[in-house]
Amino acid sequence: MGMEIAGIREYSRITEIKGPLLIVEGVTNVAYDEIVEVELPTGEKRRGRVLDVARGVAVVQVFEGTTGITTTGTRVRFLGKPLEIPVSEDMLGRIFNGLGEPIDGGPKIIAEDERDVNGAPLNPAERSYPEDFIQTGVSAIDGMNTLVRGQKLPIFSGSGMPHNILAAQIARQATVRGEAEEFAVVFAAIGIKYDDYMFFKKFFEETGALNRVAMFVNLADEPAMVRLVTPRSALTLAEYLAYERDMHVLVILTDMTNYAEALREISAAREEVPGRQGYPGYLYSDLASIYERAGRVKGKKGSITQMPILTMPNDDITHPIPDLTGYITEGQIVLSRELHNKGIYPPINVLMSLSRLMKEGIGPGKTREDHAEVSNQLYAAYSRGVELRSLAAVVGEESLSQTDRKYLKFADLFERRFLSQGPRENRTIEQTLDIAWEILATLPEEELVNIKEETIKKYHPNYRSM
Amino acid sequence: MPVKGRIVRISGPLIIAENMQGAQMFEMVRVGEDRLIGEITRIRGDKAYIQVYESTTGLKPGEVVEGTGAPLSVELGPGLLGTIYDGVQRPLPLIAETIARDLPHRRMFIERGIDVPPLPRDKKWHFKPQAELGGKVEGGDVLGIVEETSLITHKIMVPPGVRGTLTWLAVEGDYTVDEVIAQVRTDGKTIDIRMAQRWPVRIPRPFKAKLDPTEPLITGTRIIDTLFPMARGGTGAVPGGFGTGKTVTLHSLAQWSSARVVVYIGCGERGNEMTEVLERFPKYKDPWTGKPLMERTILIANTSNMPVAAREASIYVGVTLAEYYRDMGYDVLLVADSTSRWAEALREIAGRLEEMPAEEGYPSYLASRLAEFYERAGRVEALGSPERMGSVTIVGAVSPPGGDFTEPVTSHTKRFIRVFWALDTKLAYSRHYPAINWLLSYSAYTDLVAEWWHKNVDKRWKEYRDEAMEILLREDELQEIVRLVGTESLDEKDKLVLETARLLKDGFLKQNAFDPIDAFTTPEKQFKLLKMILDFHRKAAQLVEHGATVAQIRDAVGRLYVEMVKAKFSIKNDELEKIEELRNRALKALESLEARLG
Repeated sequence: MGMEIAGIREYSRITEIKGPLLIVEGVTNVAYDEIVEVELPTGEKRRGRVLDVARGVAVVQVFEGTTGITTTGTRVRFLGKPLEIPVSEDMLGRIFNGLGEPIDGGPKIIAEDERDVNGAPLNPAERSYPEDFIQTGVSAIDGMNTLVRGQKLPIFSGSGMPHNILAAQIARQATVRGEAEEFAVVFAAIGIKYDDYMFFKKFFEETGALNRVAMFVNLADEPAMVRLVTPRSALTLAEYLAYERDMHVLVILTDMTNYAEALREISAAREEVPGRQGYPGYLYSDLASIYERAGRVKGKKGSITQMPILTMPNDDITHPIPDLTGYITEGQIVLSRELHNKGIYPPINVLMSLSRLMKEGIGPGKTREDHAEVSNQLYAAYSRGVELRSLAAVVGEESLSQTDRKYLKFADLFERRFLSQGPRENRTIEQTLDIAWEILATLPEEELVNIKEETIKKYHPNYRSM
Repeated sequence: MPVKGRIVRISGPLIIAENMQGAQMFEMVRVGEDRLIGEITRIRGDKAYIQVYESTTGLKPGEVVEGTGAPLSVELGPGLLGTIYDGVQRPLPLIAETIARDLPHRRMFIERGIDVPPLPRDKKWHFKPQAELGGKVEGGDVLGIVEETSLITHKIMVPPGVRGTLTWLAVEGDYTVDEVIAQVRTDGKTIDIRMAQRWPVRIPRPFKAKLDPTEPLITGTRIIDTLFPMARGGTGAVPGGFGTGKTVTLHSLAQWSSARVVVYIGCGERGNEMTEVLERFPKYKDPWTGKPLMERTILIANTSNMPVAAREASIYVGVTLAEYYRDMGYDVLLVADSTSRWAEALREIAGRLEEMPAEEGYPSYLASRLAEFYERAGRVEALGSPERMGSVTIVGAVSPPGGDFTEPVTSHTKRFIRVFWALDTKLAYSRHYPAINWLLSYSAYTDLVAEWWHKNVDKRWKEYRDEAMEILLREDELQEIVRLVGTESLDEKDKLVLETARLLKDGFLKQNAFDPIDAFTTPEKQFKLLKMILDFHRKAAQLVEHGATVAQIRDAVGRLYVEMVKAKFSIKNDELEKIEELRNRALKALESLEARLG
C-alpha cells in the first residue's frame, strides 16, 4: 500500500531484487526517470531512479547497490522529480560525492538553483563554433593537435601510463593568450583508485588552485551505480558556471572506462540485448549525452572545455569504449606505450592523435601564420620516418636511400627534441614552432612539399639566420 | 475520429499505450500532457507501441495518447532553404526563441513539447502564376513560381494524386503559404491548393520515369572526380573509422559540389559540426554561382545527444525534402552523416520492442531499410508539365565500429550503393587527406560519365585516368617487395613507378580542404595536373628504357619536382596555362638530360 504526502509516494511491496535493481509493485503515478529514496529496515537511506515503468510496476535502479535490502520492511519513496543537484558559485573549492552532496566536512551548499543532472541537449543553432586557441604549453598538443576553448578532447591512455600527470599539466598551464582569466576546473573522479584521487587533490592544493576547483568523487570502492551520475553532476555544475556565471570551465572526467563498465552492469541486470562486447546498444547515445555537454553558446561569455580520460582495455583503440568515444569527441590525444617505455614524456602518439577543431584555432592572429603548414609537414615527415623505421628493421638501414636515412634521423629528433619535454616545462607556441623548424631543417629543403615557398623563405632557419 | 488511448508502459524512447483501436501503423501521435511527438511502430490488440521523438523523462502511465489520423509527414513549400530543422522538421532557431520567451537563461537548450511550424506562417512570398485557367491539370504540373532565394526558383506544383480542371488561380502577388493560390475541380469537388503541402516521409514521391545517371556530379575533390566519380542521381557511401575525415569529406561535397540544392542530415553526430555549417555556409559562396551557400542548403540536425527515435525519422524527412526539389527539376545532393547512427537507432528501438535480433543485435530488416533509403536516389523525369528532369544523389557516411568494414551496416550498404569511398585509418594517421583508399574504393559510374569528360574537358580523360590507376596499383605490388628487400634493389623502371606514384599522391590525390586554392579544383585543372604528371612519367619512362637512372632524372628536374607537387595549391583554377608551362619545363629538363646521355 502506498501513501502520498506532498508529491512524495511511499510503497513497500518489493517483489524482486536482482543486481542493482528493485521491482516495486502496486505503485501509481510513478514517472519515468523519477528519483527514488529507499529506506532500509535499519533506517539507512539509499537513492535510486526509475528505469522502466508500467502500470502498477516500477523498475528501480539503486545507486548504492542492493546489498542488505530486504523485500519486507524496506520502504521505497518516489520523490516526484528527476535527480537534481544544487548549483552555486560557492561549490568551487568544495568536494562532493557523485550525487552532489558535500563530503569535505564543509558547510551545506546554499543553492542558487536546483538542476536536473540529465541536462537538456544544446540546440545546435544556438551553439557558437569553438575557435579560441588554448595554449597548453605541450608541444605535441599545441603544435599538432591544438586544443580550443569549448572543445571535447579526450586522452586515450592505458594502465600505468602518465595520463594523470599530463592532464594535471594541461590543467595547470592552460591559458588563452591575451586573457588573464584562469579556467575554473570541475573534476569528476569516476570509479578511480584512491591514489589517483589523491594525486589530483594534492596537485590542486599545491598549485593553489583548489579555490577554483570543484571535485565530484566516486572512488573505486564506492557504489558503481553512482558512476552513472557522477559525470552528469559535474557537468550540471559546469553548465551553470559557464552559461549563467560567464566562466570558462575545464571539465576533467576520469576514468570514462569505469563509467561504461557500470552502464554494462546495469544493462546486463535488465537483460537487454547486448551490442558489441556485452555493452548495451545505446552506449553511443549514452556517452554522447555526456560528451556533447561541452561547447560555447551564442551571446554567452563562458564555455565548457572537456577533457575526458579513459584507459583503453589492453591498449586496444578499437575497443567499444575508445571507439565510440572517438566518434563523438572532437579528436583524441592517444598515449603510446612504446614511447612511454622509451622514456619519452609526454608519450603522445601524434599520428593517432587528432584535434578536429585545430584549423579554426590556429593561424595569423591566433598562433602564427606558418602553423598549419608546419604541422602538416611534421605529420608527413614523421609518418614517413616511422614507416621507414619499420622497413629499416627488416632490410637494414644501408638498403635505404640517402634521403630515406635523413627521414629516419628526423623521426628520432622529432621524438627526442620536439615531443619530449618536462612535466613542468611550459612552451609558448612560438617556441614549439621554432623547435619544429629546427628539426625540419635537417631534411633537404625540396622535401618540404607541404610548406609554401614564401613561408619557407620567412621561417626556415637557412633564411632566417641571414 | 482520431484514436485516444492511455500510456501503460514507458521504457526509454518506447512507450506502450492501450485503448488504441483504429490506430494506423506509422500514424503520428501526441503523447502525454506535454504532447510529445511519437509514431506508432507496432500494433498488437488494442495496444500501440510508440517511439517517442522527445525525451520521455517524467512521463507516467495513465497519461493520454492522441492519434493525429495521419502518418508522420513533412511540410513542403517555400521557406525550406536556408533553414536548420530537427529530426521531425521543427526549425531549431524557432525552438530557441519559443523557449527564450519563458526561460531566457535556458534559450540554448532544447526542451520538450515545443510545437513550432516548419514553414514561416506570416512571411509573404511573391507568387507568379504560370498555368492556364480552365485547363486540365494533374499532379506535378507547375502552377506558378516563387523566387525562394536568389539561387532557387521554387515551383508551386499540383500535389501528386490531384487531377482535374483548374478553376481558379491567384493573380501575381504576395501570399503566405497558408493562402489558397489555386482551385482544382474534380468529380464535383473543389480542391484548394496552397503553397504549403504535406507529404508522408516514409512514402517516396512519385515520378514519371527513372533515367540513367550519365552526368558527373562534380565535387572539386580530385580523387573523387577523377578516380571514383559520382553521377547525378547516383548513390555512394563513405565508410571510415573515427578521425578518417568522413565529415570533412561530406562538408566538402555539400560546399563545392555542382548540385543545385543540398540537404545535409546530421544524424547522431556532433552538434559543433552543424554549427560549423551554420556559421560558414552563409559566408561562403557557391563556386558555381557566387551566391551564399546557405541559399541552396537545408540542414537537418539530430545530434548525438538529441532523442534517439528522431534520428530514425531524420533520414526520411531529409530524403522527402530532397525529392520535393527534385520534382521541381533540380539536381539535389543529399548527404547523411551518419547512416550508422540511424541503423543504431533502429537497433535500439527493435531491442526495446524485444524483436529477434539478427547480426550484432541489428534487426533483420536492416538491409531492406537501407535498400529503401538508397533507392530513393536517382535521376528522374518528374511528374507533370512542363517537362523537366531532376535528380537526388545520396551520399551516406558509415561509421563502422573499430573501422571494420565487414560489420553489418557497411556490408549491407555496399550492396545498395554504386560508389564506395573507403576511408583509411593509415592514410589519416599520416594526414593524407582525403584519406580515400584507392585500392578499396570503386565507382560504377566511371564509364557512364567518361563521355561527359570527353565532350567537356578532354578526349583522353579516360586514358589518363586509367593510367594513373594502373601506376597506383602497380606501386602497391612493388611496396610488398620493398618491404622485404628495400628500394635500392628494385630495377630502375620500378623505381620510376614508385617515384611517379609518390608524385601522384602528393601532387594530385592529397588535397587540403581548408586551403583557399586547393580546396576546390575544376575538372579542367584536375585534368591538366594529371596530364602534367603522367606526361612527365611517360617521358621519364622512355629515358629509363634507354638507360637513364631515376636518380639522374630527379637531378635533372631538380626543384621542378617540388613545383609539380605544389602546383595544386600554388596555381589557381583560372591559371591553367601555368600548369601547361610547368609541364613543358619539366619535359624540357628531361629532353636535355636525354641529349646529355646521348
